[in-house]
Amino acid sequence: MKIVYVDNNATTKVDPEVLEVMLPYFSELYGNPSSMHFFGGQVQKKVNEAREKVADFLGAEPSEIVFTSCGTESDNGAIFGTLNSYPEKRHFITSRVEHPAINNICPYLSRKDYRITELSVDRDGRLDLDELKESITDETALVSIMYANNETGVIFPIKEIGEIVKSKGIPFHTDAVQAAGKIPLNMKKSTIDMLSMSGHKLHAPKGIGVLYIRKGTKFSPFMIGGHQEKGRRGGTENVPYIIGLGKACELAKKHLDDENTKVKALRDYLEKNILEKIPNTLVNGDRINRLPNTLSVSFEYVEGESILLLLSDLGICASSGSACTSGSLEPSHVLRAMGVPFTAAHGSIRFSLSVYNTKEEMDYIIEHLPPIIQKLRDISPFWKDYLKSQGKKII
Amino acid sequence: MWEYTEKVKDHFLNPRNVGEIDNPDGAGEVGSLACGDALRLTFKLDKNKRIEDVKFKTFGCASAIASSSAITEMIKGKTLEEAEKVTNRDIAEYLGGLPEEKMHCSVMGREALEVAIANYRGEKVKKEDFEIVCNCFGVTDREIIKAIRENDLKTVEQVTYYTKAGGGCAQCHPKIEAIIEKVRKEMEKEAPPVRPERKKLTNIQKIKLIEETLGREIVPALKADGGDLDLIDIEGNKVFVALRGKCSFCPSSEFTLKQYVESKLREFVSDDIVVEEVRP
Repeated sequence: MKIVYVDNNATTKVDPEVLEVMLPYFSELYGNPSSMHFFGGQVQKKVNEAREKVADFLGAEPSEIVFTSCGTESDNGAIFGTLNSYPEKRHFITSRVEHPAINNICPYLSRKDYRITELSVDRDGRLDLDELKESITDETALVSIMYANNETGVIFPIKEIGEIVKSKGIPFHTDAVQAAGKIPLNMKKSTIDMLSMSGHKLHAPKGIGVLYIRKGTKFSPFMIGGHQEKGRRGGTENVPYIIGLGKACELAKKHLDDENTKVKALRDYLEKNILEKIPNTLVNGDRINRLPNTLSVSFEYVEGESILLLLSDLGICASSGSACTSGSLEPSHVLRAMGVPFTAAHGSIRFSLSVYNTKEEMDYIIEHLPPIIQKLRDISPFWKDYLKSQGKKII
Repeated sequence: MWEYTEKVKDHFLNPRNVGEIDNPDGAGEVGSLACGDALRLTFKLDKNKRIEDVKFKTFGCASAIASSSAITEMIKGKTLEEAEKVTNRDIAEYLGGLPEEKMHCSVMGREALEVAIANYRGEKVKKEDFEIVCNCFGVTDREIIKAIRENDLKTVEQVTYYTKAGGGCAQCHPKIEAIIEKVRKEMEKEAPPVRPERKKLTNIQKIKLIEETLGREIVPALKADGGDLDLIDIEGNKVFVALRGKCSFCPSSEFTLKQYVESKLREFVSDDIVVEEVRP
């Protein structure tokens, strides 16, 4: 079956070049980087090189890079690592649209007597920076705001947020799992103290993440063990994956221009055609400050899981913010926080592209999506009601 | 990804009886756009008062569409009295099963039919007559009680899977728990654990049955542990046995006799059986 993979915010294909550099580190160069002998020492050299590549990609120092197992560990590590460093401060600020790796920590912190402020977003998924300013107090231990949203692709003004937070002397963390590899990041020119990223969102394998910790940031390790990662994250290095991530970052840096030209052009082409060919369709989120690869679009009066399964039947892999796909009964917390009406929230589909996608694939989607939506609207009781209310002729 | 059966996939990809009947004899609609699924069911009766035609329109996920399609197929040609007997379990079974989290789709099918039949009879199923327990999804106590009874539900999570109640803000969870407790108590009272009536056995039948039970249920299990047992005599309700092999010097032989041999014989032969050991 033809496969059109447009779910790259969920995960990406491991680049063949990445896989190639990883392979020797399984059964040939399998030494432990901490060992004294040459066999481990040669591996340590390669781990250092990979660390330099990741640092170069982020505009950071190699010593500021901590390898973790995934984005969630990086997020958890940043939050608990900071809160434990400031035990007297009991206030945490974040947003209502964070990834579950942050969002689901909030109820836990509440039970531990933390006060939580979750900043709201407007209909386009944008933050109100005045609300942020007003929320910060002497009690605030940490502010964590995502760089870009995984569902809508909306990019937050991280530079301004960082300046506000740092002007009050408070640590600032950002979850950049979706931003890394899609838009330029430069820690030297930013006020970010900590940043999370995940390998498998930029063509490295699943199971490797990074927590950037700016030099001088107070941090209590979350994973306690050996001296690895300068004592900030115990555990023997995941060598093959670290090597792979180094390569992936090198490639991502090279492809960054493509993301903003080629990938963005494909996304815009897909968006334009969907909006033209399918009535009662709306784009979710700020269309200007948005990741170049992401399109969240809602089809009124139909339900997302049904759309996804009909697409899947044709080999098109996308995702949805609808309730039914996640096992929960309510649509995504992101769309609800934005106040997307129920007529549209249940019928949201996210297309997320990568450098591997082609125009031909976009045409395939554009050809098959309109009849799918029409089929489901023909089954939906609300579509006919809507047409009636518009005084349209019903066929 | 949900694991849907081939039948669910078939009814989703090729739904039967989509549409709305003009001037139907009965029409019912449940769910809403806000809730994420809704079903509108219309039917027409023939001159023998059987369902001649039935159509549906559904807004919802694959299992909601498949459940709707299934119920229309199931009730076609039936009288309303027959159709009324279709439960949500029947719908799920017709589809070869649904993921438990999706059982509310089958409940929606049954509810729409109920509303449509009431509509035909000129009755009105009014939500106002019942207490709304879950405000997020507008689920009443009546719907929850019905789901608990028909599906033998035991937990709040199950109630959510079957009715959606409690799937939003979770504030109604204590209320749902209280309903489950109350309904389950009622269910126990109505139907105390029943055992099939036992026929009165003649002495010969009884001896035969004891021998059969020992041979089928008990000896193989003892042999598996290197033990054995011989039937020595039967006097009224007393069964005398001798333990052999490893059982004869096993420190837990008394436990084996009382907890295992006696309880098996009581289960298969008679409630008043007492097992006694004969030592050589």
